[in-house]
Amino acid sequence: MTLEIGSALTIGLILGTVIGVAAMLIWVERRLLGFWQDRLGPNRVGPFGLFQVVADMIKIFTKEDWTPPFADKFSFVLAPAIIMTVILLSFAVVPFAPNLGIVDSNIGVLFVLAMASLGAYSVMLGGLSSDNKYALLGSLRAAAQMVSYEVFMGISLLGVVALSGSFNLREIVLAQEDMWYVLPQFVGFVIFLIAGVAESHRLPFDIPEAEQEICAGYHTEYSGMKFGMFFVGEYLGLVLISSLITVLFFGGWYGPAFLPPVFWFAIKAFAFIAFFILLRAAIPRPRYDQLMSYGWLFLLPLSLINLLVTGAIILNSQ
Amino acid sequence: MQVAEHNMDSQASSALLQQVRERFAGKILAEQSTCDGIPTVWVDRADAKALLRYLHEETTPHFEMLFDLTAIDERVRVHRDGQPASEFTVVYHLMSFSGNCDVRVKVPLQDADLQLPTVIELWPNANWYERETWDMFGIKFEGHPNLYRIVLPPTWKGHALRKEHPARATEMEPFSLSDEQEAIEQEALLFKPEEWGMKRQSDNSEFMFLNLGPNHPSVHGAFRIALQLDGEILVDAVPDIGYHHRGAEKMGERQSWHTYIPYTDRIDYLGGVMNNLPYVMAVEKMAGIEVPARAKTIRVMLAEMFRICSHLLFYGTFAQDVGQLSPIFYMFVERERIFNIIESICGARMHPGWFRIGGVAQDLPAGWDKRIKELLEFMPPRLDEYDRMVMDNGIVKRRTQGVGSYNTNEALDWGVTGAGLRATGLEWDFRKQRPYSGYENFEFDVPIAVNGDCYDRCAVRVEEMRQSLRIIKQCMENMPAGEVKSDHPLTTPPRRKEGLHDIETLINHFLSVSWGPVVPPEEVTMSIEATKGINSYYLVSDGSTTSYRTRIRTPSFAHLQMIPEISRGFMVPDLIAIIASIDFVMADVDR
Repeated sequence: MTLEIGSALTIGLILGTVIGVAAMLIWVERRLLGFWQDRLGPNRVGPFGLFQVVADMIKIFTKEDWTPPFADKFSFVLAPAIIMTVILLSFAVVPFAPNLGIVDSNIGVLFVLAMASLGAYSVMLGGLSSDNKYALLGSLRAAAQMVSYEVFMGISLLGVVALSGSFNLREIVLAQEDMWYVLPQFVGFVIFLIAGVAESHRLPFDIPEAEQEICAGYHTEYSGMKFGMFFVGEYLGLVLISSLITVLFFGGWYGPAFLPPVFWFAIKAFAFIAFFILLRAAIPRPRYDQLMSYGWLFLLPLSLINLLVTGAIILNSQ
Repeated sequence: MQVAEHNMDSQASSALLQQVRERFAGKILAEQSTCDGIPTVWVDRADAKALLRYLHEETTPHFEMLFDLTAIDERVRVHRDGQPASEFTVVYHLMSFSGNCDVRVKVPLQDADLQLPTVIELWPNANWYERETWDMFGIKFEGHPNLYRIVLPPTWKGHALRKEHPARATEMEPFSLSDEQEAIEQEALLFKPEEWGMKRQSDNSEFMFLNLGPNHPSVHGAFRIALQLDGEILVDAVPDIGYHHRGAEKMGERQSWHTYIPYTDRIDYLGGVMNNLPYVMAVEKMAGIEVPARAKTIRVMLAEMFRICSHLLFYGTFAQDVGQLSPIFYMFVERERIFNIIESICGARMHPGWFRIGGVAQDLPAGWDKRIKELLEFMPPRLDEYDRMVMDNGIVKRRTQGVGSYNTNEALDWGVTGAGLRATGLEWDFRKQRPYSGYENFEFDVPIAVNGDCYDRCAVRVEEMRQSLRIIKQCMENMPAGEVKSDHPLTTPPRRKEGLHDIETLINHFLSVSWGPVVPPEEVTMSIEATKGINSYYLVSDGSTTSYRTRIRTPSFAHLQMIPEISRGFMVPDLIAIIASIDFVMADVDR
């Protein structure tokens, strides 16, 4: 296993871009939602309201960062840091363009899944350490939801892994030069998409933080920058899932030659980000137990069948 | 037209009274006649329960619903000829849906001994009404399981609707809150499950108590529900109201008949002028004012516009409470259009206070029908689109069908009216059954559903919007010509055109404007099919410029009381759907 770690410049560049994009998504999401909901969205600060992000940042940095006296201080502070860290670490294995990326790991897919599992700790710790009943309900829901959906997420990827014969994300992209995996692995793609929404707990699967039911769920007690980290963490998760879909199913940076590869990557990823935002604008939220039974009774068998069929076809064609 | 307006026809009421007289021979203290034609029977408290049980179970027709229960502080009332001596009178207003008639039972009490038996075993919804009567008048109901204050805080001194209780802040000491007092208030707010009739643990698990509200995204105002949870399953849910109480009934006793109109707008604050309607109709009934046809039609038109506005807000928040973010934004487009029309007619949007005793404030502006025509073309296709977006959505169906359902009998037991009642399959709309303000002249259907669950309650309201559009269209096409205010001397403010020619009218105008109209001593109940159910005003006049007693019976109060009944065994998200489907505003509950 060779681990070549990119230069500090590349790391800095990717880190900066990813966090910048996640922050910009605050504005993008609000504008897109506004567009879809027949209203304007933030359009006052700077051209098209673009500096809204700056205003939000100033606000969130200068707000009182209150730790409730009844909370468990250590894990209360630790929780938001975990979500930021694990998602940013996951970006380390994402190949953005032929020579742009931080690590080419042979276990890239597993690494991403492992990081996603660690993300569940953030939500659980955040909820439990808050010592708030709404937060407790939220983290209970989050634990159940994330653990279940990780199962299908993993299985839905195995089809891609079997087709490309590699856990390395870069090699998976390279294997899609002729045909994107979305065609042979359409079912896998759909399951991964659904599981991805559930993992990043956005509407319709924002059950851990369903505001109409349990206020803000696991981050009810958070304020200031600690809340900001959960908030940006959610957008980072969105960028990550969109990037992974691009890498695993939509040929990563491949595209007609008139644009540089990294642009194709960005365009595809952004299309999925916009799709996730559209989902939020369009779909109601199922009940928590409905979501679980949908996962275990429908998605799990479906992903297993998908894996079996894929395996059978590969064996057959060898 | 006056004949068709609901006056309980005298035959039915005398047949009913005959039955009561026979069974309770010698026990009836008096029979009072009121100008609304509702038979009113006085009995001693010893016989009250027997009479109520008789009316509930044996008379033809049965009285299925305890429509209202309240009291009157009679101690300073004049003009009560023929009524038994009484310092406090408890009033039971019963309603029969099978016979489409009402009856009032009054029980006289003396201040030294304010108690009478509870009627919870006859009508479960008596629970909150009796608590409210205790809270407001200090009347005890023997056998009541939890006779605590319901609207005012537990630390409140005195009973607010008694005449000796001050009505204005200026009649009281300036408010201050010392540290000790604050501690006492905080202590009183502390949640103790035992006081709410909850156990802390079952045989195998400890319950979690969750305080939902008074400040929570989905309780639609300041409303608190104490939840007893086993995991996320609701073992019990006890509503706690009163956070929005403003003493609207008390205000009715100090404002003049005319100046109380704007207060009514704020009772169901989504209903706008529709709230004025039962109030002004009640005053007109007592004063004997006949309202011109044009004014009636304007009233109907504006009321139906507010019905659509209110239902649109309900529709949007219902979708939002099951997690659908967008519909409310689309629905606000129509709402805005309707408010623009209302603004161009009334000059205000949500609370125009536009109805007057004897008519409406002004005639319609020139070109009023143009925008309405646009609305009638614009809205139906959008309603169809909302159906596809919300009602046909699989997740919405799965979240709301079979959740929070009740049948017609349960609905009547708990005093449920309006869309919540029609969703159980009972086709009962006040506008059809007892037409008022000229509703008998309109063609419209009464939508019903069969399952009585959250989805059906929403479906009924969605269809009601289409029917309201039909009514508005008929108003627009057939708007009668003529005056918008009656010529009656008690019309307020009076019409001026004769005032400069004869001294009588001028004096009348002067008095009505400076003092306010003097309404003859009477009692009356007027009800309408409001946005959320039956809203009714029970007014007592003792021949003065203000009301002696203003009782506002609101639909939301009754509906909230049913929450524990229909939410046990469901999950927290279901409770949110149930709350959303009830369609209440807290101002309508607490008054």
